[in-house]
Amino acid sequence: MKLAVWTYEGPPHVGAMRVATAMRGLHFVLHAPQGDTYADLLFTMIERRDRRPPVTYTTFQARDLGSDTADLFRTACTDAVARFAPEAIVVGASCTAELIQDDPGGMAETMGFGIPVIPLELPSYQRKESFGADETFFQIVRHLARPMERTAEPSCNILGATALGFRHRDDVAEVERHLTEMGIAVNVCAPLGASPSDIARLGAAHFNVLLYPETGEAAARWCEKSLGQPYTRTVPIGVGATRDFLAEAAALAGVPVAGDEDRLRLPWWSRSVDSTYLTGKRVFLFGDATHVMAMARVARDEMGFEVAGMGCYNREFARPLRALARDYGVEALITDDYLEVEAAIEAAAPELILGTQMERHIGKRLGIPCAVISAPVHVQDFPARYAPVMGFEGANVLFDTLVHPLVMGLEEHLLTMFRDDFEFHDAAGPSHHGGKAVAPPPAEAPAPVSATLAQDGVIWLEPAERELRKVPFFVRGKARRNTESFAAQKGLSEISVDTLYEAKAHYAR
Amino acid sequence: MTELTPPAGGGCRDLPVLRQRGQREVFCGLTGIIWLHRKMQDAFFLVVGSRTCAHLLQSAAGVMIFAEPRFATAILEETDLAGLADANEELDREVARLLARRPDIRQLFLVGSCPSEVIKLDLARAAERLSAAHAPHVRVLNYSGSGIETTFTQGEDACLAAMVPALPQTDARELLLVGALPDVVEDQATQLLTDMGVGPIRWLPAPRADDAPGVGPNTVFALTQPFLGDTHAALIRRGATCIAAPFPFGEEGTTAWLAAVAAQFGVPRDRFDAVTAAPRARARKAVSAAAETLNGRSIFFFPDSQLEIPLARFLTRECGMTAVEVGTPFLHREIIGPDLDLLAPGPTLSEGQDVDLQLDRARAARPDLTVCGLGLANPLESEGLATKWAIELVFTPVHFYEQAGDLAALFARPLRRRAALRLEAAE
Repeated sequence: MKLAVWTYEGPPHVGAMRVATAMRGLHFVLHAPQGDTYADLLFTMIERRDRRPPVTYTTFQARDLGSDTADLFRTACTDAVARFAPEAIVVGASCTAELIQDDPGGMAETMGFGIPVIPLELPSYQRKESFGADETFFQIVRHLARPMERTAEPSCNILGATALGFRHRDDVAEVERHLTEMGIAVNVCAPLGASPSDIARLGAAHFNVLLYPETGEAAARWCEKSLGQPYTRTVPIGVGATRDFLAEAAALAGVPVAGDEDRLRLPWWSRSVDSTYLTGKRVFLFGDATHVMAMARVARDEMGFEVAGMGCYNREFARPLRALARDYGVEALITDDYLEVEAAIEAAAPELILGTQMERHIGKRLGIPCAVISAPVHVQDFPARYAPVMGFEGANVLFDTLVHPLVMGLEEHLLTMFRDDFEFHDAAGPSHHGGKAVAPPPAEAPAPVSATLAQDGVIWLEPAERELRKVPFFVRGKARRNTESFAAQKGLSEISVDTLYEAKAHYAR
Repeated sequence: MTELTPPAGGGCRDLPVLRQRGQREVFCGLTGIIWLHRKMQDAFFLVVGSRTCAHLLQSAAGVMIFAEPRFATAILEETDLAGLADANEELDREVARLLARRPDIRQLFLVGSCPSEVIKLDLARAAERLSAAHAPHVRVLNYSGSGIETTFTQGEDACLAAMVPALPQTDARELLLVGALPDVVEDQATQLLTDMGVGPIRWLPAPRADDAPGVGPNTVFALTQPFLGDTHAALIRRGATCIAAPFPFGEEGTTAWLAAVAAQFGVPRDRFDAVTAAPRARARKAVSAAAETLNGRSIFFFPDSQLEIPLARFLTRECGMTAVEVGTPFLHREIIGPDLDLLAPGPTLSEGQDVDLQLDRARAARPDLTVCGLGLANPLESEGLATKWAIELVFTPVHFYEQAGDLAALFARPLRRRAALRLEAAE
């Protein structure tokens, strides 16, 4: 047993729902108890879909347990096929139905629907949501796709985009635009927007673009082996990765590299002088492995940040993430326990967190700015506006996303310059809240006890404490921690003004 | 006391109910934890279940999950399924760790789920064992919030019913009010009854374990929520007497509910009128503002919380709406009888659900407003039906006089919004 409050991933049948909901003309019959329909609202609310997910639940209840549940499954399956007339169905069991062992796949296959029936094995007590999505898509492809003649012109499939995917909708549009600019046609995009008959003609493409390894890698590998289609290894997040991706796709298609760089603004924005203050900002990255690995490159090479830590919650990708982390000189954190993530962030004391919805709340708690770069996300990260993270427009979006939570250069400069000003002191409210600004607190009389106790029993002498108060409030916590650990390292029992500045010099970069 | 006029054609109490069986689009009882843990300040709810259960709580709790909530899931792993003895040891270890980290916890609820019920993990025995191990500081109780046994608000019923046998015995004549209500509502109810001279008043659930009410043959209790069938039975088993009343929604409902309690305690007519006159007038006025939007509109209830019948009674009688269908997950005739008496015949009453067939009925009826869960709301809106999502009715203060206007407004708002949005070109 494992105690959990927050989970980064749902159970595997939610992954299967993400694939079924992404597609058209497919229906999912899920053997599940009453109550599991809660997952519908992830799609209708968070992603704001305008129709119900194509999922029929058997909703068995306590009184049905025994042989009756198998009958319930047959009835639900028959009714669903009759009502929704799908081109194909997938059938599976949720965690509870897995325990009662009705074998929905076996039952459905013998029912003679005259359409493909795709059974799913979803080990709910070992695996999670991403596995469920990857496995479901793989099974659908394996059952429906067949080798066939290639299209006359260069073409590819786009694999891995699903329902409830972080920015999948706009990433697909952006990548499709890049491919079209090079004269590569998109044969099928799947699962997002594809029908079972579209899956059947996957084989006509010359190669595959794998956008999200978490949800499409098993299918991409199967296509490579069984349909002879190579697939792209670079995920086009960031400027460098997009250029690498374009080169990779062009080589696979046998066309020259081309790309309309007029719309790419990140490189200039990042070189412009107001961005100088971004240099060496320490960032901590956490999320799904794909987004974290791609964003590490953006953070270091395109924004000029320093990567202070990175990790992912999906164990399936632990190996490549560990290897990458070593290149960045940090140790990878592979965990699905948010308390461990919180501890790691606290220890690394970054100036910016790039993470999931959970890290956004950790950041709020620790007073560290945060930008969301990966699922799980909440409703605000399914925006109405065009907001890809892939391709050139994605790079523009990322620049804005990463910079906005930070205090920008000019603002930071002004805050430091006027920190003792009557309007800019720490206790003053924001200037646009006119009436809320208050007078600075009266100069404090020298405290009778001229020192404060820090952690580890180190004493802050009063002048050092006063000097510390001159440090701008948004970096003061870090200065305090750095000074204290510097003092501890040096075995000092008191912190003087000199210690403060020695520590500053020690940690200078 | 104030007798309400029953509808012209008689009430709905004895009318046949449509029962269908098929896919049910409802929450399981685990969801009750989300509001129960706010109400019981020293209680912790530990679900023994799967990743699905944890994911459900997270989805239902929304942002609350980040505020150090007093609930969690002990997720069953493959090793727990292999041998049962092992699962008990694992549970003991997790509980010990949890209680060591949260010394402020006085009541721990082991909440059963579908997986734990199906593998027949004996949580009742575990609760006894853990109670003994952690006595006297912590008491460990057990109930099931599984989907196979409970629907949404029934989780609260199961929780309160599990507490009843453990309540202290008393011979005092006390009024016990049953059901977790928002604090502000609880205070208003207590004030109104105190002003009439009714008392002492106790609440179940109590905010802290130390304030747990006593029960005995002289206890009289009134339900504030319709979904408390098992708790009702458990209290009667302890010798307590139930005051039958319509549920306190709207001016009429609140007055009838208070009148039933006042009659039990022999409150004189003039005293009752003196206490209720002003808030009744306020409630009527507040309701009438929203009723302008609601009057003459039709409404369709999908089953969700068991609040549907009393709410349909309020909306038809006090706001001038017409009910097309009133669906409820479970219909307890004795408890809901007084509300059924006041509901005019006409609407289809349905218990349970086959969601696709019910959707067909809703589409055919094209009601002006449909009350349903979040899995159905946006899809129905996109089909052109105005909806009011039901879960809000469980979290928002809606009972008694001062909330009557807010309650009506919850239903009026979607219709007003629909009229306010003009997204087409101006020409």
